Amino acid sequence: MSVRDVKRDCMTIPEKLGQVSWGLILVLGLVASVGFAMQYSAANGNWQPWTLPQMARFGVGIAALIAIAMVDVRFWHRHAYLVYAVAIVLLVIVDFFGTVGMGAQRWLDLYVIQVQPSEVAKIALILALARHFHALQAEDVVRFWPLLVPAGLVLLPAALVMKQPDLGTAAMLLASAGVIFFVAGVRLRWFAIAIVLVLASLPLGWKMMHDYQHDRILTYLDPERDPLGTGYHILQSKIALGAGGLFGKGFMEGTQSHLSFLPERQTDFIFTMLAEEFGLVGGVGLMLLYGLVVAFGYAISLRSASQFGRLLGLGLTSVFFLYVLINIAMVTGLVPVVGVPLPLVSYGGTSMMTLLFGFGLMMSVHVHRDVPVPRRPGGHATN
Amino acid sequence: MNRGTGRSKTFARRAAILGGGKVLLLTGLGVRLHDLQVKNADRYALLAEENRINLRLLVPRRGHLLDRFGIGVAINQQNYRLLITPEHSGDVDATLSELAALLELDAETKARVLREAHRAQSFLPVTVRENLTWDEVALVEVNAPDLPGVTVEAGRSRFYPFHDLAANITGYVAAVSEAELTDDPLVRHPDFRIGKSGVEKSYDTQLRGEPGTSQVEVNAYGRVIRELARDEGRPGDDIELTIDMGLQEMAVRRFGTESGSTAVIDVKTGDVLALVTVPSYDPEPFTRGLTRQEWKALVEDPRGPLNDKSIAGQYPPGSTFKMMVALTALDSGILGPGHGVFCPGQMVLGNRTFHCWKKGGHGSLTMVNALQQSCDVYFYDVARRVGVDRIAAMSQRFGLGAVTGLDLPGEKPGLTPTSAWKEAVKGEKWQHGDTVVIGIGQGYMLTTPIQLALMAARIGSNGHAVSPRLTRLKPEAPPDAMIGLKPEHLALVREGMNLVTNSERGTAYRARIAEPGFEMAGKTGTVQVRRITNAERDAKRKLEDIPWAQRDHGLFVAYAPVHDPRYAIAVVVEHGGSGSKAAAPIARDILYEAQRRHSAGLLARS
Repeated sequence: MSVRDVKRDCMTIPEKLGQVSWGLILVLGLVASVGFAMQYSAANGNWQPWTLPQMARFGVGIAALIAIAMVDVRFWHRHAYLVYAVAIVLLVIVDFFGTVGMGAQRWLDLYVIQVQPSEVAKIALILALARHFHALQAEDVVRFWPLLVPAGLVLLPAALVMKQPDLGTAAMLLASAGVIFFVAGVRLRWFAIAIVLVLASLPLGWKMMHDYQHDRILTYLDPERDPLGTGYHILQSKIALGAGGLFGKGFMEGTQSHLSFLPERQTDFIFTMLAEEFGLVGGVGLMLLYGLVVAFGYAISLRSASQFGRLLGLGLTSVFFLYVLINIAMVTGLVPVVGVPLPLVSYGGTSMMTLLFGFGLMMSVHVHRDVPVPRRPGGHATN
Repeated sequence: MNRGTGRSKTFARRAAILGGGKVLLLTGLGVRLHDLQVKNADRYALLAEENRINLRLLVPRRGHLLDRFGIGVAINQQNYRLLITPEHSGDVDATLSELAALLELDAETKARVLREAHRAQSFLPVTVRENLTWDEVALVEVNAPDLPGVTVEAGRSRFYPFHDLAANITGYVAAVSEAELTDDPLVRHPDFRIGKSGVEKSYDTQLRGEPGTSQVEVNAYGRVIRELARDEGRPGDDIELTIDMGLQEMAVRRFGTESGSTAVIDVKTGDVLALVTVPSYDPEPFTRGLTRQEWKALVEDPRGPLNDKSIAGQYPPGSTFKMMVALTALDSGILGPGHGVFCPGQMVLGNRTFHCWKKGGHGSLTMVNALQQSCDVYFYDVARRVGVDRIAAMSQRFGLGAVTGLDLPGEKPGLTPTSAWKEAVKGEKWQHGDTVVIGIGQGYMLTTPIQLALMAARIGSNGHAVSPRLTRLKPEAPPDAMIGLKPEHLALVREGMNLVTNSERGTAYRARIAEPGFEMAGKTGTVQVRRITNAERDAKRKLEDIPWAQRDHGLFVAYAPVHDPRYAIAVVVEHGGSGSKAAAPIARDILYEAQRRHSAGLLARS
C-alpha cells in the first residue's frame, strides 16, 4: 500500500486492519501472558480465581483495542474535550457518592459495571492536552499566558483525585501532563518554576494528606519505622526478591508468595512474585518486554503526521511507562507503596481496560498516521 | 510532505531526550533489582527461610523411674485430650452442645472454649477437656460425623502406679514455674513437665532426654503447610531406684494410721531399700495441676503429708543416741567398758534433778547393761564425764548432724550441738545440764530418720563408712572406707544392742525376732515433746488420755541379722508413745520382711 493510498481521508475497514501494528499486539500479548502465568502460580496452580477472568478480559480488551483503532483519529480529536468533561463529572460524582475501597473513594458503582473515574481521567487528560497543544501555534507554546489553560486542565482532575485521596494517580496525572508539556515545546524555564512551586507547596500538601498517606511516605523514608505494619509489605517484597536470586526459585516454587508473606501477590506485588520465581533474569526480561512496548509507542508517535497524534501517542506511552516505573520502583522499595498496578500483568479489570483502551487510541494514531488533523474540528488540517 | 514546522522538530528532539530518560530509569530499576537479587541475595534468602521454616520442639519421652526389680514407679501413660478446631467446626457453640449430650461439659468449660476459639486463629485447636476415659474416647469417635472439628489427641502424662506409697521418693512433676525458666527452649514448651521434688527433681536432667525437632513450613499466618524434616530427639534415661517396692509397700501399710517414718538401708551397699513417710500424698494430680481445695488440704494437714519426714523430719534421737555416748567414752579412753554407775532413779546436778525413766532406778550397771536397759542415769554420768564436744564429734562420724548425701532434694542436716555452737547461735555459755540431757539424746540434739538408719548401718557394718543412696547412679562407698573405730569398742556396743532385743531384761525383748538366723539387734528411744511435770510423772497417765500432739515420739534403730548384719533400720512414730511399744514392733516386722525377701532370693538378685 503506497503512502498516497493511506493518506486518503477514508480507508475501508480491511485497509485499516492491514495498517494495524500486529507486532505491538503480539508484544502486548506476551506481556499479558506473563501475567497469566503469574496469576496461575499465585493461585497455587489453579486457573481460578484469577487466570481465566484475566484472560477473558484481555481478549475483550484486545477486541476493544482493534475496534477503537478502526475509529478515525479525527473523531477522537473532535470529542477530546467531551471525554475530558465526562471524566471530570465522574470524578466529582465519585468524590461524593463513590464506594469506599482500600480506604479511598475510588469506585463508582454504575450497577452494570464499576468504573474507576481516576483511570478514565488519565486518558481523558492526555486527549484534552493533545487537542489543546495541537491547536496552538509554535510561537504561542513558548509564551506564558497560553499555558494557563492546559495548566488548569491538569490541575482540576489532579486536585479531584488527590481529594479521593489517590496519591499515585495524582502523581501520574501530573507526570504525564509534564511529558506532554515537555514534548509540545514548553520552555524549560516554566518547568523550573513549576518544580520550585511544587517544592514550596509541599508543606501545605503534607497538611492536606491523610494519615495513611503520611504513613506511606514516612515508612518509605524509614522502612524500619514500622516493620510489622506498613513497612512489612516492602520488607517482605525485598526478601522475596533477594530470595529469588539470579535465576529464581522456579515456577510455583516461590515461598514468600505462596506462603502469603507477600501481600497482594496477584495485583500490586506481582512483579515481586515473578522475580522470586524467575529471578533477576525473569524480572529484567519483563522489563525488556515493557521497553519494547515503549519503543513501539515512540515509533508510532514519531511517525504520526499530526501534532495531535504525536502528543496522544507519546502521552499514552508515557502513562504506560509510568505505571511500569512506579510499580517496580514501589516493590523494590524505591518509592512509597502507592497502589499502582503493573500494566497488563497485575490482576484487575479496570487498569487493563484503561490500558488497552489507551493502546486502542495509540493504534488509531498509527492506523491514521498520515491523516491530516485540522487545527480545530472542521477547520484546516495542520501537522 | 514535511511542512517543516518547528513543533515537529521540537517534538522529535524532546521525545529523544525523554526516551533517553526512560532508558536511564529502566536501567536504574535493573541496577536496583541486581542489588536486591544478586548482591544481597544471601541475606534475603536467609530471611526468606526464616520466614518460612518454623522449628517445632518435640518434647522427649521422660525417663521412667523403676524400683530395683524393674517395676515402674513413675511412668508415662497415654492420656487423651479432646480438642476442637474452630476452622473445621464452623459453629463451635453448636458442636459443643452436641458434645455436652455425649459427655459431661460444664458451663464454665463451654464458656472458656468459646472464648479461646474467638481469640486464637481459627486453625489452632482449643483443648476442651483432658484425661478422657477410654469410654469417652470411644463415644466421641463413634459420633465423629456429628462433631465437626472435634479431635481426640493422644498425649503422655506422668503416672505413679503406687500413688502415695513412694511419693516422697519419686516426688512429682508439674508445669514449669517462672523461677525455673531458663534459656532452654524445651523448658518453655507448654507440654513440658519439670521435676519438682524427689528423684524427679534430683535426676531431672537425666530423665528429660534431648528434645527432638520438627521443621515445618508455615505461612504468614502461622498455619503449618507441611513437615520438612523431623528429628525424634533422645528419650530420657530410665532410672533404677534402690527401692524394693514390695518392701516399701509393706512398710507403709505397717504404719497403719500412725504418722511417722522409716528408712531401711542395705548395710553392704548403702542401698536404701525403703524410705517411708506417712501420711503421704498422691503425686499424680500435680501433673495436671492441683485445685485450690486439694492444695489447701495438703498444706493444712497437721501430719504434714508434703513433708518427707524420713529426710526432713528432725527429732531428738532419745535413747537411740546412747550408743554414741558409749562409743565416745570408749574411743576417747576416758572410760573403760567396765565403768560402773549406780542408778538410784535420778541424778542431782547443782539445783536440778535429772530423772531416770525407771522410777525406782536400775541399781548398779556396767556399760553393756546400761544399753540393754537404757538406763538414763548411767548416760547422764558418762556424758558429764566426756563432755558435749567429744560426743558431737563421735556422732558426726556416724552421719549425724549433717546431710547424709542421699540423692534426694530437701534433706535436713539435724543438729549435733557443741559448746561453740551454743555460744555462736544462742549467745549463751554451755551448761553442764545441757551436756547431761545430750547423754540421753535430748536437749538440742536433732536427727532425721535417714541419719538414724545410717548410724545403725555403720554400727552394724562394724564401722564401715556406709553411704546411703537411692539410685545406682550414685557410687557405693569404697569397701575399705571406715569411720575409724576399734572393733572391740563397736563389739561392746553391738552386744548391748543385742541384749536390748534378745535378752529378757532388754527394753525391746517383746519386739524381738525369734526366728533363728533372723534375729535383730536394736535400741529403743522415747522422746518427750515437752517438759514433764513431777505431778504427771507420778500420775502415769495412759497414752490414750494424752492429746495426740503431746504424746511422746517412739523411736527404734536396729539391724539384722544380728551376727552378720545386712539391713539397718530406723523407725520414728510421731506421738506414738514409747519406742519399745510403738516403734520396735514396726521395725521388727519390716526387718523380718526384708530378710524374708532376701532369703527368698528377691533382694539378692541384681
